Amino acid sequence: MPTTAPTDPAPGLTAYSEVTASEASLRRFLHGLPGVDQVGAEARAAGLGTRSIKTTAKAWALDLAIRMVDLTTLEGQDTPGKVRALASKALRPDPADPSCPSVAAVCVYGDLVGEVKAIVGDQVNVAAVATAFPSGRASMAVKLADTRDAVAGGADEIDMVIDRGAFLAGHYLQVFEEIVATREACVRPDGSHAHLKVIFETGELQTYDNVRRASWLAMLAGADFIKTSTGKVQPAATLPVTLVMLEAVRDFREATGVQIGVKPAGGIRTAKDAIKYLVMVNEVAGDDWLDPDWFRFGASTLLNDLLMQRTKMTTGRYSGPDYFTLD
Amino acid sequence: MARIDVRKTYKLYIGGAFPRSESGYSYEVTDNKGKFVANASLASRKDVRDAVVAARKAFGPWSSRTAYNRGQILYRIAEVMEDRRPQFEEAVRQSEGGSAALARGQVDAAVDRLVWYAGWADKLAQVIGNANPVAGPFFNHTAPEPTGVVGVLAPQESSLLGLVSVVAPVIVTGNTAVVVSSYARPLPAVTFSEVLATSDVPGGVVNILTGDAAALGPWLAAHMDVNAIDLCGVAGSPELATSLEVAAADNLKRVRRAPAAEPDWALDPGLSPMTAFVEQKTVWHPIGI
Amino acid sequence: MGFEYAPAPESRSIVDIKASYGLFLDGEFVDGRGSSFKTVNPATEETLAEIAEASDADVDLAVRAARRAFRGWSRMSGKERAKYLFRIARIIQERGRELAVLESIDNGKPIKESRDVDVPIVAAHFFYYAGWADKLEHAGLGANPQPLGVAGQVIPWNFPLLMLAWKVAPALACGNTVVLKPAETTPLTALLFAEICQQADLPPGVVNIVTGAGGTGQALVSHPDVDKVAFTGSTEVGKAIARAVAGTDKKVTLELGGKAANIVFDDAPMDQAIEGIVGGIFFNQGHVCCAGSRLLVQESVADEVLARLKRRMSTLRVGDPLDKNTDIGAINSREQLERIRELCEIGEAEGAERWAPACDLPSSGFWFPPTLFTGVAQAHRIAREEVFGPVLSVLTFRTPAEAVEKANNTPYGLSAGVWTEKGSRILHMASQLRAGVVWANTFNKFDPASPFGGYKESGYGREGGRQGLAAYLKGAEA
Repeated sequence: MPTTAPTDPAPGLTAYSEVTASEASLRRFLHGLPGVDQVGAEARAAGLGTRSIKTTAKAWALDLAIRMVDLTTLEGQDTPGKVRALASKALRPDPADPSCPSVAAVCVYGDLVGEVKAIVGDQVNVAAVATAFPSGRASMAVKLADTRDAVAGGADEIDMVIDRGAFLAGHYLQVFEEIVATREACVRPDGSHAHLKVIFETGELQTYDNVRRASWLAMLAGADFIKTSTGKVQPAATLPVTLVMLEAVRDFREATGVQIGVKPAGGIRTAKDAIKYLVMVNEVAGDDWLDPDWFRFGASTLLNDLLMQRTKMTTGRYSGPDYFTLD
Repeated sequence: MARIDVRKTYKLYIGGAFPRSESGYSYEVTDNKGKFVANASLASRKDVRDAVVAARKAFGPWSSRTAYNRGQILYRIAEVMEDRRPQFEEAVRQSEGGSAALARGQVDAAVDRLVWYAGWADKLAQVIGNANPVAGPFFNHTAPEPTGVVGVLAPQESSLLGLVSVVAPVIVTGNTAVVVSSYARPLPAVTFSEVLATSDVPGGVVNILTGDAAALGPWLAAHMDVNAIDLCGVAGSPELATSLEVAAADNLKRVRRAPAAEPDWALDPGLSPMTAFVEQKTVWHPIGI
Repeated sequence: MGFEYAPAPESRSIVDIKASYGLFLDGEFVDGRGSSFKTVNPATEETLAEIAEASDADVDLAVRAARRAFRGWSRMSGKERAKYLFRIARIIQERGRELAVLESIDNGKPIKESRDVDVPIVAAHFFYYAGWADKLEHAGLGANPQPLGVAGQVIPWNFPLLMLAWKVAPALACGNTVVLKPAETTPLTALLFAEICQQADLPPGVVNIVTGAGGTGQALVSHPDVDKVAFTGSTEVGKAIARAVAGTDKKVTLELGGKAANIVFDDAPMDQAIEGIVGGIFFNQGHVCCAGSRLLVQESVADEVLARLKRRMSTLRVGDPLDKNTDIGAINSREQLERIRELCEIGEAEGAERWAPACDLPSSGFWFPPTLFTGVAQAHRIAREEVFGPVLSVLTFRTPAEAVEKANNTPYGLSAGVWTEKGSRILHMASQLRAGVVWANTFNKFDPASPFGGYKESGYGREGGRQGLAAYLKGAEA
């Protein structure tokens, strides 16, 4: 029986209802997507990485990157104090420079959403990981309860993980239905919904072909964002994985008219790396995606490097870690 | 009264058939003492044209045969030749003179040479091809492939061993051949063509024209659908050889130059008779998951 | 707001271009006896230097110097020759930035290509053949491999230093000495290479460089004391050389033109195929003999491929070769630009549809936007003749057999590309394509260990790899 999204699907999506009508048709569709040649994809990503971004373009890119950061802490040792400090930093990343923008969101475990919300209010989004993050190994009931709990706690965004075991076992429809159900769990009483980011854990999917299939699967299921990694598995985000996902959202919009966001997460630590990602967004998906609504960095230490480079741009000298807060 | 023998008509061999020359001309072939033996067809430029068409048509299928199969067929040629040794001995002796033992030696060596080349069919690629360790995630290998249609001006003196020594390396590597036999000593070549016709060699793989290399060579050398040429048959005529090499440049034929004099065919040929008419193809493919 | 990349120019200060250059004979720079010509920066039309045009007498002096040096060089142990080549390879790496900038200034190619492709492969080529110098008897090319003597080498302007490396490294490794003529529009890196030979203390006369145009090249290849001719360039000149050496004992290798088919099947890894098409034709402004200048796309995906290709072409950045973000640099010369324009006009007149993305071209210098032609038939001149510019002809096919037939329907046979995810089809296509290099699911890859060269009118002989040695040893065939 066909599964429907909670809200009316976009007109472009209705053409795909046949695709998700059965396990067999979904498999046929996903396996009919063009393959990804690993060497070619990695060469393309490396080539984009050699773009040289200087002066005004660099200053613009650094500010944009800061605005795209989902400032993240996802540790067992997280405490209310720790996440409040992080929330303060998210609001004013560089206390010495009021022109420095806030980040996009703070990303924490669901139980700490309220602590962050108390600090950032409506100025910065709060994202919560859910669905038995990071492994995704729990019953559907638990995953949905996890999600509803975070939404009820005030989360603006939900970062769910897919069941990689089901995906790798070829149970694509099961993964699809879990995303659909989670998307329904994101709906608030007023009918609005928390934005849903779907984490693939690309380091476990292993192949770019799988990443492309997971991307289409999640987009068809109603994801608002597709996200590379939990940050708990190596490799996490890489340029080529993100390239494949950017190609997917580009092609998906072309096919359906629906725009989906992309979030590489984990392993992006330097401003130089962040700029490579922005170049890739610009040249692969296009500048419609050069916006925090459509592209995010899941990161923690990246922010300080962005701030240091930003200071270098304005002062003309290299800065040091002592001049930036360690939150 | 003695029985009147039935004489053989010596014809051309084109596309697996035995036509007379398109021109209708023939020429007198004598033995080495000048005594009339037979009339041979005098191939014309139009016979060259037809032979090239036949060779081109045969090239695709022949080059697509497995190397093992080509080796089997070359060995089969040797078998059938062996069976006809007395006939070849007589033809060689008639053409080249000398003792019966000498002629027998030539035939033996010709058969043995075919066997030698038959064995090369599935080994040359292993000896001259390579896996190339490039600096990147790529599978890369180089292997020989046949050049295409090869024009062969066969040696003028060594009517059988010389002929076999220039034809076998061309076809064992997957090329097809348009051969101009020795002008004065063409009869072993015609008999050889009868062997080819009964040895599982597909029609057109070897085409044998009896006639004058000086007259036919320029047409073959200038033919734009011939990929390579062996000028052995004009050894000792440097001016003619040069003019043929110049004509061959029109489509950049691979040229095996004429030696100053015919070589000693008894020597080990080495690989160059084969490698002169192969191309090395390099294939790249990424290595990934 | 879009992401406008600010200019990121590579510094020119690293190169020191002299006002005039002589010839490099017998280890020294000397004045030529003939006239001179100018080499210009194709991106600005600025004159870079005055270059000596070697006369017949100069060529003779160079060949004599090479002949004198041959005695010592060929008798030197391979082990010692190897060390000279290793030295040269190292100096090329040390001076890599300088070579890359100079190449881009003189040739017009983007610095990211001269820096990341040309110069690294040049160094790798010398490293590769350095290692062969003392192992020739193990190359399977005869028991006692001997050098040929003096090699006359004539190279083109599209990869000036890389083609020099392809010629000089194997020649020297095998114990030959060389007289090399760089192209008249791109002599500067060869002259800098001469300086590198001096820094390496290479014995005088082992490498000689004579600058000049066609006449100089003709004098070199027809010089009676040259034992080996190696040429990379047009098929027309290649044929003239083949005629000129007829009747001599000179060994010849020719690496000539091409009109490669790049074949895209409906099951291709599509995004990589688009990159391969773009890299196949727009790399080095399309000044590449093995460029994938004929796109053969399966009709069932032709519209999709074209749409993706156009979108990708719109992101190509044409402009200052020294800007690190430039994808397509300057056309090497006014003459070449005229030829590209002429063939494109013919393409339109013959009824093909021309498309190029909007792009601002600099006001001075020689420029041509990345261009594609659709609705091209095999009979069109742009589908048959080598444009040698950033111009792609798009044709369609329905079945693998038709793709093979169209791909092979050309007098050339240098390279070909195949894009499909089906392994058995790749191997089938690779075996059916009459071309010396087949790139499957990739394109325009080069490596010193990988033999390169053509079928049919794309020339003969191989450069690179073990096979590349055969061109410089007596009696050896690859």
